[in-house]
Amino acid sequence: MSDRVPAAIVGPGNIGTDLLAKLARTSSIEVTAMVGVVESPGLDRARAAGIPASAEGVDWLLAQDPLPRIVFEATSARAHAANAPRYAAAGIRAVDLTPAHLGPMVCPAVNMPDHLDATNVNMITCGGQATIPVVAAVSQVVDVPYAEIVASAASRSAGPGTRANIDEFTQTTARAVEEVGGATRGKAIIILNPVEPPMIMRDTVYCAVPGEVYDDTTTTAIAASVHAMVARVQEYVPGYTLRADPQFDPPRPEWGGNGRVASFLEVRGAGDFLPEYAGNLDIMTAAATRVGELLAAELGAGVAA
Amino acid sequence: MRPTIAHDVRITDTTLRDGSHAQAHQFTETQVRDTVRALDRAGVEVIEVSHGDGIGGSSFNYGFSHTDELRLIAAAREEARSARIAVLLVPGIGTVDDLRRAHDAGAEVVRVATHCTEADVSPQHFGVARDLGMETVGFLMMAHRTSPEDLAKQARIMVDAGCQCPYVTDSAGALLMHEARARFEALVAEVGDEAWVGYHGHQNLSFGVANSVIAAEAGVKEIDGSLCALGAGSGNSPTEVLAAVFDRLGVSTGLDVMGLLDAAEDVVRPYLHRWPKMDRNAIVQGWAGVYSSFLLHAEHAAERYKVPTHEILRRCGELGLVGGQEDMIIDVAMELARAREQG
Repeated sequence: MSDRVPAAIVGPGNIGTDLLAKLARTSSIEVTAMVGVVESPGLDRARAAGIPASAEGVDWLLAQDPLPRIVFEATSARAHAANAPRYAAAGIRAVDLTPAHLGPMVCPAVNMPDHLDATNVNMITCGGQATIPVVAAVSQVVDVPYAEIVASAASRSAGPGTRANIDEFTQTTARAVEEVGGATRGKAIIILNPVEPPMIMRDTVYCAVPGEVYDDTTTTAIAASVHAMVARVQEYVPGYTLRADPQFDPPRPEWGGNGRVASFLEVRGAGDFLPEYAGNLDIMTAAATRVGELLAAELGAGVAA
Repeated sequence: MRPTIAHDVRITDTTLRDGSHAQAHQFTETQVRDTVRALDRAGVEVIEVSHGDGIGGSSFNYGFSHTDELRLIAAAREEARSARIAVLLVPGIGTVDDLRRAHDAGAEVVRVATHCTEADVSPQHFGVARDLGMETVGFLMMAHRTSPEDLAKQARIMVDAGCQCPYVTDSAGALLMHEARARFEALVAEVGDEAWVGYHGHQNLSFGVANSVIAAEAGVKEIDGSLCALGAGSGNSPTEVLAAVFDRLGVSTGLDVMGLLDAAEDVVRPYLHRWPKMDRNAIVQGWAGVYSSFLLHAEHAAERYKVPTHEILRRCGELGLVGGQEDMIIDVAMELARAREQG
């Protein structure tokens, strides 16, 4: 019997399949089930990898013995809203990769330690996972009155769900820039680019730096904090890099007397199941895997005690 | 579904929206009131007022507005006796909440803009616009970047979502005359009598007015212009020139040519930061197919990183950047600066 924590993936699409590859590499999680609601290539891929898979949905999952201790949900906001109470009733922790936002928004490099006891945590958005660590890094040094993120993704990496409700991305990400990143006010912008070959995901993070503290000491400290944070994210997203040192612009009247730091990021995916250019999707599965590992450590510690 | 158009062609003036790019989004309430009053008197039926990148565009990435655009929209609404006020909304930048606020401030027309291949991000916004009772236009931006056939398919997505007039939006001023015609014809054939077709031109290769004439010939009913060409890049098709040309052609627009010439000369010209012109940088935009709004941002990055503006713009074209990716201009400038140091 494995001492790894048993976990299930609900939603056997591209995200679920990529997540399976990443979870399989961890030393603390064992994927014991892949669950869908219709037969699909994703279920076949899981079976081929030796993972029990079912098209019978959450009814099947909750009839298993033993039950998984963690469920990763990569379905839709509506499906997760329906499933989440059932996971909670069964004592299963949920890591939500959908836009349902039932539990606290988490970013592993920033605030996951604060939510290790939550029954349900939400992975925000791809742009949020990519940019909020940098906002938090700046917030650790100075008060950030305003932060703005621009996420550019390859058209091919944006699915119909994202496209049908693109406002959900901008609004959720902006809120997380505030609540998780620590900015007083947040704004998020997303651009889809159809260029061929597909562009690798790019993110730009602009943070206002209050004019009264803008000096060489502050900018040096901010740059060091951003570099340190990028290294932390790289621990779970190896393809996460700064394109250049953070760029500083001194205070301007049209910026409300604030200065500005701009950080230019590239997110190259690991290419597990999703293509390398789809760093926006990869960072979601990589961050969810990291959250799973942190939860597994918490749950494992409880068992050992 | 499509609105009644009283003349052969309806001109929408975008001095106070596309012109916002050239003015670095520094329009004042007085400038807006004066311009709307002059346009309204000259018979312009639709006047667009927004941040250059649409409602919600005020930002580090695109530039902060001098005056809150909701205040400008409300001021424009007060001045317009018969004209209706339009706003631009770029999904991914602005949201339906911004649209509701703009509607509350007096906007009656919305122009929802997506890159020419990404129309499927717009149905949410068209749906809300129609629920609010607004007239709807769909901007298929950077229309040179896809084929006439594919552009028509994207127009269909917008029309099915509630768009009353998809536009061939030549954001880079890159469309040559035969390329523009092919796109007009493809869209007119696709939408039939379900919607009108529109054209938004830029003067980077000097074709804005010429393509507008071709548009009218091809059955396009809504055409954009700006007083003094005030717009991104080397500006838009000048409204006053469109009025004069269509008058000579016997294409009715309902516009007063002398009134528009006065508006351009007496109202807009005194407040111009710069008169948009076909200089090296703007021509490179048309030639390399670069989003016209990149111009001022590229100039700023050129100064900051000591590399030529036109080289930045050419590189933006090579990379296939699309509207909204203004942050990448800084990235490109840094890359060019590094290459110079190493070279």
